[in-house]
Amino acid sequence: MKQLDLQPLNIYTQNHNKNGNNNLGFIEKLGLTLVGVGSLAFIISLTGFSNNNPLLFFFLTFGSVSLGALIYFIPKISDSPAGVKNNGMFFNSFTSRKAGAWLLGIVITGFYVLLYWYSSTLQGWIKLVDPLSNWLRGTKADQWFLYGTFYTLAVLIMGVRVLINKRHNKYQIFRTLSVMFFQLGFAFLIPAILLRLNQPEFYFSYFWPLKYHYLFPGSVSYLTKSGGLGYFMAFWGAGMTFIATPILSYFFGKRWYCSWVCGCGALAETAGDTFRHLSDKSLNAWKIERWMIYSILVFIVVTTILVWINSYYKGEILGNLSMSFSKTYGFLIGAMFSGVIGVGFYPIMGSRVWCRFGCPMAAILGLFQRTKSKFRITTNGDQCISCGNCSTYCEMGIDVRSYAQRGENIVRASCVGCGVCSEVCPRGVLKLENNSAEIRFNNK
Amino acid sequence: MEHLVIIGNGIAGVTTARYVRKKSDMKITIISSETKYFFSRTALMYIFMGHMKYENTKPYEDWFWEKNRIDLIFGKVNSIDTDKNSLKLDDGKNINYDKLVIATGSVSNKFGWPGQDLPGVQGLYSIQDLELLEKNVKDAKSAIIIGGGLIGIELAEMLHSRGIHVTFVIREKLFWDNILPKEDAALVSRHIIEQGIDIKFETNLKEIVAGDDGRVKSILTDKDEEIKCEIVGLTPGVSPNIGFIKDSKVETNRGVLVNDFLETNIPNIFAVGDCIEIKADVEGERNRFEQLWYTGRMHGEVLAKTICGNRTKYERGIWFNSAKFLDIEYQTYGFVRNTPREGEKIFYWVHDSGKKSLLIVFNETGFSFVGLNVFGIRLRHKVFERWIEENKSIHYILENLGEANFDPEFFDKHEEEIIEKFNFENPQNQLKLKTKRFSIRIL
Repeated sequence: MKQLDLQPLNIYTQNHNKNGNNNLGFIEKLGLTLVGVGSLAFIISLTGFSNNNPLLFFFLTFGSVSLGALIYFIPKISDSPAGVKNNGMFFNSFTSRKAGAWLLGIVITGFYVLLYWYSSTLQGWIKLVDPLSNWLRGTKADQWFLYGTFYTLAVLIMGVRVLINKRHNKYQIFRTLSVMFFQLGFAFLIPAILLRLNQPEFYFSYFWPLKYHYLFPGSVSYLTKSGGLGYFMAFWGAGMTFIATPILSYFFGKRWYCSWVCGCGALAETAGDTFRHLSDKSLNAWKIERWMIYSILVFIVVTTILVWINSYYKGEILGNLSMSFSKTYGFLIGAMFSGVIGVGFYPIMGSRVWCRFGCPMAAILGLFQRTKSKFRITTNGDQCISCGNCSTYCEMGIDVRSYAQRGENIVRASCVGCGVCSEVCPRGVLKLENNSAEIRFNNK
Repeated sequence: MEHLVIIGNGIAGVTTARYVRKKSDMKITIISSETKYFFSRTALMYIFMGHMKYENTKPYEDWFWEKNRIDLIFGKVNSIDTDKNSLKLDDGKNINYDKLVIATGSVSNKFGWPGQDLPGVQGLYSIQDLELLEKNVKDAKSAIIIGGGLIGIELAEMLHSRGIHVTFVIREKLFWDNILPKEDAALVSRHIIEQGIDIKFETNLKEIVAGDDGRVKSILTDKDEEIKCEIVGLTPGVSPNIGFIKDSKVETNRGVLVNDFLETNIPNIFAVGDCIEIKADVEGERNRFEQLWYTGRMHGEVLAKTICGNRTKYERGIWFNSAKFLDIEYQTYGFVRNTPREGEKIFYWVHDSGKKSLLIVFNETGFSFVGLNVFGIRLRHKVFERWIEENKSIHYILENLGEANFDPEFFDKHEEEIIEKFNFENPQNQLKLKTKRFSIRIL
């Protein structure tokens, strides 16, 4: 038998007062300084001052902010023991809908508005990523490359933060590494390299109806015209939508995509992790969610069909109708909803507003998950104490507790399988499982 | 229409109301002086630590009560007139009932220590206690917690999360070793100390000392040590909250006395939850107190049947409980006493990290399973319930432990290690794992 040894096993005792204490150490201050310097350089760059030396300013802006953030996060490994880290979530101004949150929301929303409709104002920043774009893609940067660079860095750096915070939970570690990998490789590097090789810029990790125009006749004919690889891309896109999606959703539920692969999910699970508790858990929100998400699914299905009919009859029957459908969808859903509101409102409405209320891909995956899948969240007998951590930290606004306290399993179309309810449960009541597809609703 | 009145809107009272509503149309009223709406008491700590807001702790949205025709009164009951079937509230109003359920919960224990009512000294039970704590922590740097139970550890975690240095003063040799076997109590004690919380073992509180401002400034222990502090948390357990009931004709002792049907001595009055004292039906046995979330819920479910005309005996099923000590989760199934009884033996496994362990109590003859404590590993409630019902042996349980595992996917698996240890200690029977689980060992 082991000795009843009360000697502390590790180093936590030495800096115990760190927990909950806001005093910053030297390294943390250094990190924040670098973030500050980088932010200042970003502002200067907007004036065009950096145009003569974009490489230097690239490091001063992107480099300095990234490095500073990493330096700030990494000491947290030794600061506090591994475990659930939600202390002060509802006190912090940025994560509790107070002044900081509104400020941040306005900044992000503003950036999206400029990006989508006034990209000329961002010329100074676009120039910054020119050297990177030339090196990676063999061509000059545009606003979308700038956006991709921001996005990928946000996923990677905030991903490191999540890896540190959730290091006690291997499901979270693997899942976070997965979204970081798919964002960096499939949504950033591969499309860039394809462009360099004079191939179509194609995202292997996005499919119709999320990337809605991948199954539009225009895209298909463009891809197939560009030769062998283009054919493969066209088939890949259709295959992922119609064959892989039902099969993978049957075995793993919606999570194989939404919280392990998808780029929207990647940002929500990394940069959005500190806002997950802001989602609305009310029954009303659930009602609105169902109306909206399925209406948008119908909208994109109808639009796609119209575009194909129009293409088949060479515009003779529908005239400009399908075009106006497609344009309306692109503006309202593609730009306004998924971008401006989807990310801009993170600090106010939580990190999954788009995924929950808007994404037609999530709608399809959810229908499979709800009706025919092995996935469920199992409740552990009568162990629930109704504390509400699970519901609070559900980014999709599912009232997890309402099922758990009845001893019922959770089988909901919207669940993306992030696993956080199971992580924050103080009694170990919830478990994500792939098991028999027949008996999965109730275990009581 | 028959009128059911429930005093107390904790888990026991609310469960009674909900289950009665499922089966009956009678008028239901719940009275509480704590909050209008039901919230989860177990989540009080998370409000203080900033994990949740009060709104998040309400298991039902506010419209739920009206929709289910459960009337809520935010008020305090002053007295019960059992002859007139009527309650008097402190605002002077009278409420008549046909059936009454007492679900008043409990109050923090105080043992008459000098200075126990000083400003800065408090327990942790109600939402009002939480509000008081918010006031008391202002400018506080250190706190003393008297008593090392499940509320004590919650209070310690709460204060620690705000950067306040916490010292436990406990009578026991190891944390909670009046309940836990010493192996488990040592694991918990070590984990607490590692996080920077101090424990004074085998120490009793002698006096709480006031400073010049009249607030607590330090405590004196029976070892004549003076420890400075701005807060003293009193968490040496709870007692039934029966203040105004003692003056009524409802029979009380330390709690509201009830039989196995949760009926009091007055025919139309019942009691559930923390406030009850269940009379022993066998002479020589002691009366029972059941002051857990789970038991409160079970009382409510059973009593609802009785109230709706199907008189049902409360029989506590197979024992289980769970808790969390800072970052380590704990579950227990069956009966684990802090020292094994005659004929009982302990099998103990602890992981190298010192953060996970499994302790099984079994009978020496026949190796039948008695109970289990597990730390840092999640196990399936229903599987253990079945195994205990089927009277499985420790051999069967160790060989099939994988079937009961409830850890999240990709977590490390320890069944093999555990069974090896058992085989090493019991060379006469070489057990083999029956349920092998898929495992990834990269990190």
